[in-house]
Formats: sequence, C-alpha cells, structure tokens
Amino acid sequence: MSFINPLKRAYLALEGGFNIAFGSEWNPLYNIGRLSFFFFWVVFISGLYLFIFFDTSLSGAYASVEYMTNEQWYAGGVMRSLHRYASDAAIITIVLHMFREFALGRYNGFRWFSWVTGVPTLWIVITLGITGYWLVWDELGLYVAMLSSQLIDGLPLIPGNMARNFVGNQVSDRFFTLMAFLHLLGQPLFFIFALWLHVKRLSHVKIYAPKGLAVGSFVALLALSLVTPAVSHDAADAGQVTAVLNLDWFYLNVYPLLDYFTAGQTWMITLSITLFLMLLPWFPPKKRDPAAEVHLDYCNGCEQCAEDCPYDAISVQARTDGAKFENEVTVNADLCASCGICVGSCPSSNPFRQKNEILETGIDMPQMPINEIRNRMDEAIKKLKGDSKIIILGCENALDFSKLEAPNVQIIRFFCSGMMPATLVEYALANGADGVFITGCRTGDCYYRFGNLWMDKRFEGSRQPILRRRADRTRIKVFRASATDGKSLRHELAAFQDHIKLLNINDEKTEQPEQAYE
Amino acid sequence: MNKVLRYGLQAFYYALFMLVVWYFSIKPAYHQLAEDQAVITLSFTHATNLREACRKLTQEELMKLAPNMRLPTDCPRERSPLRLELYLDDKLLTKTSAEPPGFYKDQAVNLFKRIKVIAGEHKLQFWMNDDVNVEGATYQYEKMVVLKPEQQLLVDFDKESGGFFAN
Repeated sequence: MSFINPLKRAYLALEGGFNIAFGSEWNPLYNIGRLSFFFFWVVFISGLYLFIFFDTSLSGAYASVEYMTNEQWYAGGVMRSLHRYASDAAIITIVLHMFREFALGRYNGFRWFSWVTGVPTLWIVITLGITGYWLVWDELGLYVAMLSSQLIDGLPLIPGNMARNFVGNQVSDRFFTLMAFLHLLGQPLFFIFALWLHVKRLSHVKIYAPKGLAVGSFVALLALSLVTPAVSHDAADAGQVTAVLNLDWFYLNVYPLLDYFTAGQTWMITLSITLFLMLLPWFPPKKRDPAAEVHLDYCNGCEQCAEDCPYDAISVQARTDGAKFENEVTVNADLCASCGICVGSCPSSNPFRQKNEILETGIDMPQMPINEIRNRMDEAIKKLKGDSKIIILGCENALDFSKLEAPNVQIIRFFCSGMMPATLVEYALANGADGVFITGCRTGDCYYRFGNLWMDKRFEGSRQPILRRRADRTRIKVFRASATDGKSLRHELAAFQDHIKLLNINDEKTEQPEQAYE
Repeated sequence: MNKVLRYGLQAFYYALFMLVVWYFSIKPAYHQLAEDQAVITLSFTHATNLREACRKLTQEELMKLAPNMRLPTDCPRERSPLRLELYLDDKLLTKTSAEPPGFYKDQAVNLFKRIKVIAGEHKLQFWMNDDVNVEGATYQYEKMVVLKPEQQLLVDFDKESGGFFAN
C-alpha cells in the first residue's frame, strides 16, 4: 500500500463522513470557501441593520447596543447575535479552508498566490472582529481598546502613547468615531480587496454557498442566536479593570499573550507565525510542470478551453496567423496549473483523427501530448488479454491505482480526469477494449477544481466536447475515489469486470444466430 | 441512506458546529485579574534631560564651518535614558529603563505599564532618574493608597506640575 500523509488520510476520512450526511453537493468541507462567503454575507447584512441603530459616539454606543439587545431583542438582538456568531463561524471555516488546502497538498506550486494572499486575509478578518468588539464599548471593548493600543505602541517607528487614551477619563470621542469608521468602512474595503486578490487567479469563482448548505447554516445560526443571544459586559469604566472577561477566542486570542510577553515579543510571535504560514508553499519548493501550448494550426478559436480553464490561464485574442477564424487562444504560463483540462476541452483532441499520422490538437501538454495518449491507448489495448478487457482511465492526483494493472486490465494515467477527451473512451471501445473504467477525485472535489465536473458534463452531453450518444454507456463505468478509497475502488472494478463478462456472454449469444444466418 | 436519518445527521453536525461557535465565542472565561487584585497603571510621556549641555564653539571650530552654518553653540540632541523603580510597601515591584525613541534618541519617552497588585492599603513609592549627569533620583514620589479589587490606579507624571501624581 502506498504511503498517504496521515493528515490527508484523516481529512479525507472526515470528508467521507460528511458525504454520508450531506452528499457531495452540500458537503460543507467541499464548499468551505463558499461557506465562508456565506457567513460574510450574513455578517454584512446583519451589520447593515445594526448600523441603523448604532450610535457611533463614545457616550451613546453602549446604550444603543443595549437597546438593540434588550428592547429590540426580536430584531436588533437577533441581528447582533447573527453578526457575532456568523463572524465566529467564518473564522472556523477560514481556518478549516487553510487546513484543508494544506492537508490535501493544495497550497504550493502554482497555488502559491492564493495561499500567500489567503494568510493576510485571515488577519484582516480578525482585525475587523477586534474593532467590532471595541465598538460595543463595554468592559470587553475597553480591554480590547487598551491592549490593542499597547500592541500598536509596541511597534517601532510609531511614536506615541496610544494606550494612554484609555486610562482615566481621557478617552476621546473623536478617536472612538474613527474606530467606528474603520470597522464600518475602512476595514471592509481592505477585506473586499484582499478577497478579490485571493481569488484573482481562479475562474468561475462562486461566492454563494449551495442552497441547502446556506439554508442549513442560517437555520443553525438563527437557532443559536435565539437560544443564547450575544450580550455585552457592563459598560466600560476607565477607572476599573474587570477581573473576568468572556473573551471571544476566535478573535481576541492574541491579547492574553500580553500577560506573558511584551508588545514587541507578541508582534514577533504573531509575525513569525504569519511569515511561516506564508512561506509554506516553498518548503520544499515544488517544481512546476510545463504549461499548456497552443497549436494554432489545429485551433479554431472555439474558446472552450478558455471557458474550462479553472485558473484563468487561457485568454482569447484576435487571430494572429491569418486563418479564417475570428479568435485564437493564448496561455499565460505563469497562471497555468498544467492540469491538462484544456486538452480534454479541445474538439481537436479526437483520437479518431489523423489515424496514421501524428495526432495534433489545438492545445496540448508538452509533457504528455495527445499523440502520446493515443499511442499509450493503442499499446494498452494490444496488451489486454482475457475475457473482460478493461481500460482504466484515471486521475493520478486522486489515488494510486497502479496495482490494479493485470493482463485484462490496463491503465492510462492523466493529470486530471478532465484532461481525458470524451472521444478517447469511444476510441478504446472501438479498438478492442470491452469496458472503460474511469476514476478521479470524489464528486464535488477535484484536485484541479473542475476537472471531474467538466468530464461528467461532457459525458452527460451538456458541455462540449461531448461523449457521443452512440458510445455504449453499458460498457463505461465512472467511479470517483480519493486516496483512502482503494478498497472500494477494487470492489467496484471487480463488479464492473463481472458486468462486462456478462455483457460479453450476452453479446456472443445474440451474435451467434446472425453468424449462422450469414 | 434513509432521508430522515440523513437530515438527522445533518442536524447533528450543524448543532455540533454551533456548539463550538458558541463555546469559544465566550468561553473559557479569561481571568485578567484575581478577584482580590487591583491594577496600577503607569502611563506618561516625558522628555528626559539632554545628555550633554550646549557647548560654546571655539573660534577655530567656527572657522571650519561654512559661513551660514556658524552657530555659536553646539547642542547635541540626544536625551538621557529614563530609569524608574516602583516600590510597594518598601519592596521593589518593578524596575524599568527606557531609551528615548527616534534616530537621534531625542524624542520623549512613552511609558505604559500595568502592574497587578493585591487590593488594600499600600505605601506606593516611585524613584525616577531622567538625567545621566545626575546620580540618584531626579524625582521621587510617595503616597499611601487604598486600592479596591478591580480598581485601576493611574499614575501620571508631569514635569510642569512637579512630578508624579496618582489618581
């Protein structure tokens, strides 16, 4: 058995467990980024409501929050609780999102940009939460103000004594209003910019959670808000230091460090963790594979590859070679993930073409060109022996299926199941394979985001280039599996082999009378 | 899987998630102070004395300078470090030394320190030196204070008003 990172194994097991309850479409772990977006929407909408009633002055802030919490508990109170709990839930989903990408090895190589921009986005969210607690101006707000100021005072090159503003009776109303401005406008703008940057290298970005997941999460948040509404501490009193505080550990976890370290040391700890996380993609550095190459002689500018590219690496431009087509595509090598999905998207990647010549296509992977794929297929079919000859077409990033190879089972690996042209399946069946068994990442998850989804759509006939209707579906099996699903995969393959045997027997029975007739 | 069981399992996961959200949004409670403690907050900004006094330049030194730069005195900008000791009931509670900030160490020292103490009646004493050319204290302060639990006693310093004051 091949070695699988224990972290990856544990995470995949967890995802599998969630699949049982939620199915792949609503699995929160497959939609963890979208779920974070959902919580942000809840925070945004509830925040808009709170802003209507919130008094941004030092003297009025606490009273206005208390009014919403107690007098208007059915609306303002619920909104406040939704605002708080959705913010907390977002921290969990963001951290899980990071953990997932790390555990599944999806943070380095071409993904470095999303990872590196994601880490500071988390800090921006945390600072948003911090100013949010500040604005309530209760004992916790005072604590947050005081310790945040101590931290800022600990920064070099920023002279001043900001913490002094929060002792005695010298708190400035103007300063408080500045914090309100930061929380309500300044930081959200930064946050939106950070999010935009984070997803900049992705295409088809979805910022809405699947309906079922959104409804479930909202009902859960609402129930929590009604059962245990968010409440304030007593009003801030600069002459007092509250002994016991109910800290929100999702946002305020840094402050207790100041009991043990100076502000400078706390910054060092925080910045070291940030830097460590941001540099993770280069420990060790991951070698990048060659990018896809466009062959204009075989490109008619249909734009399907640009539409399918999960990383926005392919763009459309006016034709440059004088051919009769209007457009052509071009690949940005810096953005290319070398997933090969574009090869599967290109209608020219049809192995039935140029039968006795070198097969060329409109967009190809130099490390595994379409011609080599067809050659491998021809060789694999030649090697097949036995009564149920199966070709396995699989994604090498999903799981290790090399041990399934047998005299009657031959394997062809792809970078992604989306790289496989649909016509290749027909080609295998037409040239001697009894069945084609396709495997790749679990439904709802894909190492390259959309490879398995596009493949499914091509097979359904809803996305070009399609698997033609005349392809015998009874001899095609798609089984999605992750690195921990080896046992199920073997079981499914065995069942498929039995099924093919039966089909072969039935075919022989129906063919014999015809042969006799002839 | 049975639909009811599936939704039941989903409800369980949502409940578990919300339990984690709720718990860490307020718990475990953070004990900033013990119930019998108060806080002495030392907070002031003070420009310490210059390290060196202004010196009158000699004629020879002046002649070496460009005509428009010939100021009769040379006044180094660097200020003295601030050294401070706080005694509570004659026992040393904290000792701090701070260099003036800035590239030329010429800016005012900002001091902010929170010290947890047991509530009750105490003799509070401060000893401070803000001049390297003076041996011993340049400012001293002593006061009997009664601190209630969770009270914050602010100790400030203002040179113009004569030094330390606590309220």
